[in-house]
Amino acid sequence: MTTTEEKIRQRLAALAPLAVDITDDRAKHAGHAGARSGGGHYRLTIVSPQFTGLNTLARHRLVYATLGDLMHSEIHALAIDLAEPPSND
Amino acid sequence: MDVQQLIHEQVTTHPVVLYMKGSPQMPQCGFSATAVQILKLSGVKEVFAVNVLADDEIRQGIKQYANWPTIPQLYIKGEFVGGADIMREMFESGELKQALANAGVA
Repeated sequence: MTTTEEKIRQRLAALAPLAVDITDDRAKHAGHAGARSGGGHYRLTIVSPQFTGLNTLARHRLVYATLGDLMHSEIHALAIDLAEPPSND
Repeated sequence: MDVQQLIHEQVTTHPVVLYMKGSPQMPQCGFSATAVQILKLSGVKEVFAVNVLADDEIRQGIKQYANWPTIPQLYIKGEFVGGADIMREMFESGELKQALANAGVA
């Protein structure tokens, strides 16, 4: 069985990330109203060259678009930290 | 009134609108609590807070309105700003304070 975390990783591969870190935050949210729907809470840190030139809002939109339907099914909440790789100049 | 129209009216009538889970006094989700805290620290005088848990049509409709899948959502002068992570980032960089000052609400 593929876990939600693996599915997230598979989708994010489309962004050619240099680093992806996913933390399952579910324990912190156990028992709160939203958690009952079964969707997980995750914290995501991702570094991708595709973020270069995009503002924060656009970066988040890109991540949400890449995750697609996972956002509406298996993910209940997602905290995102994103960054572009440091430039070499 | 259709829910999209209702949301449009809410975000254009009030200078600062926060769609959240629970109320500012009693947030029902950590992300919403963070959003409220950030607005307080930014010195916002008045926030029109909409509890999406009290209205399922708004809860679903707001995701389409800004094409943004999560709650909370902050709007300043009718413009979608972002969710809790973006608010935190903008708060730390000073951008949020600037945006609120430009809108004349902090």
